Amino acid sequence: MEHLISLFVKAVFVENMALAFFLGMCTLLALSKKVETALGLGVAVIVVLAITVPLNNLLYQNLLKDGALEWAGLPNVDLSFLGLLSYIGVIAAVVQILEMTLDKYVPALYNALGVFLPLITVNCAIMGASLFMVERDYNFSESVVYGVGAGIGWALAIVALAGIREKLKYSDVPAGLRGLGITFITVGLMSLGFMSFSGVQL
Amino acid sequence: MSEVKKVLFGPILANNPIALQILGICSALAVTSSMSVSLVMAIALTLVTAFSNFFISIIRNHIPSSIRIIVQMIIIASLVIVVDQVLRAFAFEISKQLSVFVGLIITNCIVMGRAEAYAMQNGPVMSFLDGIGNGLGYSAMLMVVAFFRELLGAGKLFGHVVFQTVQNGGWYQPNGLMLLPPSAFFVIGLIIWVLRSAKKEQVEEPEFKIAANSRAQEAL
Repeated sequence: MEHLISLFVKAVFVENMALAFFLGMCTLLALSKKVETALGLGVAVIVVLAITVPLNNLLYQNLLKDGALEWAGLPNVDLSFLGLLSYIGVIAAVVQILEMTLDKYVPALYNALGVFLPLITVNCAIMGASLFMVERDYNFSESVVYGVGAGIGWALAIVALAGIREKLKYSDVPAGLRGLGITFITVGLMSLGFMSFSGVQL
Repeated sequence: MSEVKKVLFGPILANNPIALQILGICSALAVTSSMSVSLVMAIALTLVTAFSNFFISIIRNHIPSSIRIIVQMIIIASLVIVVDQVLRAFAFEISKQLSVFVGLIITNCIVMGRAEAYAMQNGPVMSFLDGIGNGLGYSAMLMVVAFFRELLGAGKLFGHVVFQTVQNGGWYQPNGLMLLPPSAFFVIGLIIWVLRSAKKEQVEEPEFKIAANSRAQEAL
């Protein structure tokens, strides 16, 4: 239990998806103008991560891993080269289902997320979490905790950035830096701040 | 002909995928600490974008829109697996350095973004050129960022010493911050500033107009 809690804290702060590994930047920069939208997207990412990481974990442990097909009488088969394709397939399917559900039940959020909902599929944070899960060889319960933690960490980063940008729009920024330019520099400063977590050992 | 030119060279300055469309930023941050890695990454991404655009455009009229994302992802993922295997076979050293980043091409928003925004509406040849063009725009940005980061951070270009660093008995005190990922944000931010100072039409409208005469007046 203690091990899982430390994994969770690590996934949220020390190894923050957005600010320590720089994954999921496209959506982070494009959709952080308003705290409300950011919160919606953050929740969507938490949900997608919490579903896809454990699913991919099952897939990897039971089908793809070297020798994982032993139960089917094929102990010498190593399908791990199919990993990229399978993980992205699972992610794309989950996102598509989420898109249809949102369209039907929460049209306001669906319209707010717009073209960026399909882009959650290519959100590096989602794919990155699955790849990290494989690299670190998590078991099922660890992968659930890691998925939720990574999602919350990413959501935290985008909501914090949106909060800064909401205030920033009242400031007098040089014309060429306005919008995207100053956002890049803000995220740079935030990630410098989050680098101070990198020394924390749990 | 002018259409071809626009599709091919437009994304380099006028409509840069990183600086204006906000696509493909993750890898721009991750791989730009050295130029040779950036170059291989840029070539790989350009090829994947061009061919994925081409294949998706060919079958665009046969994809039901509700499962289009999955179809696009499978095409892209297969291309990335091919690129990965080719790199492993013919350039093993570089593929070792790039291993994680090659996998991340799948999740690079440029590939998916162009497939969704351009290839689904246009013919195969133009889509192919659009892929090359956006790949070039990405490559140009990547090379510029890598140039500054490697030169200022390590005093080298493509691994060759340009500034002799203090540690090796030279004069240049390397800026260690440039090798850390946050510096990529600052470099890209500043490049956007330069780009938009030159091309005024890319400047974003302020969301909140500052009232006239409320700025600090310069001393006369």
